[in-house]
Amino acid sequence: MLDAEILARIQFAFTVSFHIIFPSFTIGLASFLFVLEALWLRTRDDTYLALYKFWLKIFALAFGMGVVSGIVMSYQFGTNWGPFSEFTGGVIGPLMAYEVLSAFFLEAGFLGIMLFGLNRVGPKLHFTATTMVAIGTLFSAFWILSANSWMQTPDGFAIENGRAVVTSWIDAIFNPSFPYRLVHMVLAAYLTTAFVVGAVGAWHLIRDRENRAARIMFSMAMWMAAIVAPIQIIAGDMHGLNTLEHQPAKVAAMEGHFETKNGAPLILFGWPDMDAEETKYALEIPKLGSMILTHDWDGKIVGLKDFAPEDRPNATIVFWTFRIMVGIGVLMALLGIGSLLARWRSKLYSCKYLHYFALIMGPSGFVAILAGWFTTEVGRQPWVVYGLMRTSDAGSPVAPIAIAGSLLAFVVVYSIVFGVGTAYIIRAMNHDPRDAHIPKGEVLRAGGRPLAAHNTPQAGE
Amino acid sequence: MDYQLIWVLLIAVAVFAYVTLDGFDLGIGILFPLIKDPTKRGRMMNTVAPIWDGNETWLVLGGGGLYAAFPLAYSLLMTAFYIPVFIMLLALVFRGVAFEFRFKSLNHQKHWDFAFSAGSIIAASMQGAMLGGFIEGIAVENGRFVGGAMDWLSPFSVFCATAVVVGYALLGTGWLIMKMEGDFQGNLRRLAKPAVIWMAANLGVVSLMTTYVNPAYASRWFEMPNILMLAPIPIITAGLLVWLWRAVSHREKTVFGITLGIFLLCYIGFGITLYPNIVPPMITFRDAAAPENSLAFMLVGAAILLPVIIGYTAYAYWVFRGKVNDEGYH
Repeated sequence: MLDAEILARIQFAFTVSFHIIFPSFTIGLASFLFVLEALWLRTRDDTYLALYKFWLKIFALAFGMGVVSGIVMSYQFGTNWGPFSEFTGGVIGPLMAYEVLSAFFLEAGFLGIMLFGLNRVGPKLHFTATTMVAIGTLFSAFWILSANSWMQTPDGFAIENGRAVVTSWIDAIFNPSFPYRLVHMVLAAYLTTAFVVGAVGAWHLIRDRENRAARIMFSMAMWMAAIVAPIQIIAGDMHGLNTLEHQPAKVAAMEGHFETKNGAPLILFGWPDMDAEETKYALEIPKLGSMILTHDWDGKIVGLKDFAPEDRPNATIVFWTFRIMVGIGVLMALLGIGSLLARWRSKLYSCKYLHYFALIMGPSGFVAILAGWFTTEVGRQPWVVYGLMRTSDAGSPVAPIAIAGSLLAFVVVYSIVFGVGTAYIIRAMNHDPRDAHIPKGEVLRAGGRPLAAHNTPQAGE
Repeated sequence: MDYQLIWVLLIAVAVFAYVTLDGFDLGIGILFPLIKDPTKRGRMMNTVAPIWDGNETWLVLGGGGLYAAFPLAYSLLMTAFYIPVFIMLLALVFRGVAFEFRFKSLNHQKHWDFAFSAGSIIAASMQGAMLGGFIEGIAVENGRFVGGAMDWLSPFSVFCATAVVVGYALLGTGWLIMKMEGDFQGNLRRLAKPAVIWMAANLGVVSLMTTYVNPAYASRWFEMPNILMLAPIPIITAGLLVWLWRAVSHREKTVFGITLGIFLLCYIGFGITLYPNIVPPMITFRDAAAPENSLAFMLVGAAILLPVIIGYTAYAYWVFRGKVNDEGYH
């Protein structure tokens, strides 16, 4: 029988996993829209405006789903994790309040102008609105990752009367893992968006390689893949070294190391067995583990057996989610390199293999982000605030049946709503981006078929 | 500086901003069953499409602010209202996505109209039920919620739920009278008349029942000298209701304005009834407050950012001022 704690954890994991998909897409997309509108204003090339409008429709859908799934999150801390809220309210509460004040209002306030206001305010003010929305998404990432990082590597606080009280806001906000996590996550959001844009571009190139709008977005996405994917691998490595310093048990679980060793191998694949306290069927490269983590062939690597059994994260999950994330990161970098080769040989818009590879890689960023979050969050267990509060002490006194019922409701509602929403997004992606400047009212009245495809776009329309 | 008092007032303002701003756009969804024409429905939705997201952000500020400033109250209230909170959130999911989804497929439009309408009605009812449960009080011992999962449900809370639905519908009608023209505006005026009567009756009943729920509430209002000092609140409210009844048939903007005024007076009355409790009947806002330095740190941000937020929110409303026709980006 599932108890209240595990049900509440599943519920949180389910709702946050659904939620994170949308902001990680809209963070990247908002910046992409900023760039597209800036290019349009500079060049007055209407292809950029068409691309802007094409992606704006998708942005509106994704943003709407991000908002409604996010409101759920802001109440779930209290409904399911009351004792956690009381313990951390003085630290995490203000960080989230700053997120609402500096980010959510900014995004919501200018989103209306961004979506509906081009005719009313003119291009320059409209561009300001796009800029504000893009900045808002980044502010939001800043504060929420600071709050999450504080749960991973708490700093700048003291415990008074059984709750955390901040002694230094600078230390609490810029806690040890925050800079690494922020860079890693924002790059991940940009990469995720770039791979979606690249896949959509590839799809339209497969249908018509002369499609100029598709060429522009594919080329931009492939530059991102070629430049940002390798940077992300370096950023991820630095984040990992930071984790080794502050959360060695998590790294031991990620690596599948149970024994503490000098000159530890790199375990490529295997099956970490928590009960047997060993990684079974391990395929390993001698000494490479120590080299990667300590930059020394004989460096000492701490294993999970150095931690009491009740203090160990589940290595079976963390080991594999980590490998999924890294594997996708490597594939992303490979696509980036492939695109550079194709570009160099002037085949960027004609190489079908490259286009199909990019198409398959379209959703890869989402998988990598979820796998990465499972790695870091499951790896933090059994703590909700690392070293300070156990997850088992953090739950509200709610009857398991109420949690199970709400969990079931979330599964049903999210599957319907976000399933349909994703279908609408995919359908919008399937439209030819060159037609995006047609007012949607025309399209709707024609029963989904663009009536006015011959209309020339009007600047400022 | 009394940070605890400042923050309880700020959160009260945020909740009021939410109630009135999301109130009128929820009200539009509540009116959907009475207006069947899809074009009119589209136009109704377009009056709030550019601003609803900002309106709902006040709900996040209310929740996030409560977590940050009064963590104990946040934890207790969310646990006590576990079921209505989740029903409300799921209802808001449906009606929030409907703003986009409605325009994405003609075949599905009816379904999303239903989702928008049912979502609005359910969300408003749950807010009303929680208001009722809140006034009735929450079972707390030693800082822990000790009541049952269904404590919030009572005849009083059901009555409060209908009162909030009717109140939001009236706010929505006032908003639409301002935004619409011609025949449709006339339809709305005819809808508003019975809603005003219904709301007046609700206000009377809820106010009287509140004084029966808890003797402390009755003595706050009826003992000397309070009864003299507080008498203007119900008297002005009654005056506004009469004015509203007259304005409904010919005024354009006044209807929405007066309704806002009535909401404000009711809200002030509600605050007077409960002060200083943040989790009635026992926990005061001082018991539930976060550490002083957290409140001070947040106040710096709020003092700088809230005026800016109000500024650009007002700008967005100004950009989309005036009558709404069938245009939209969709």
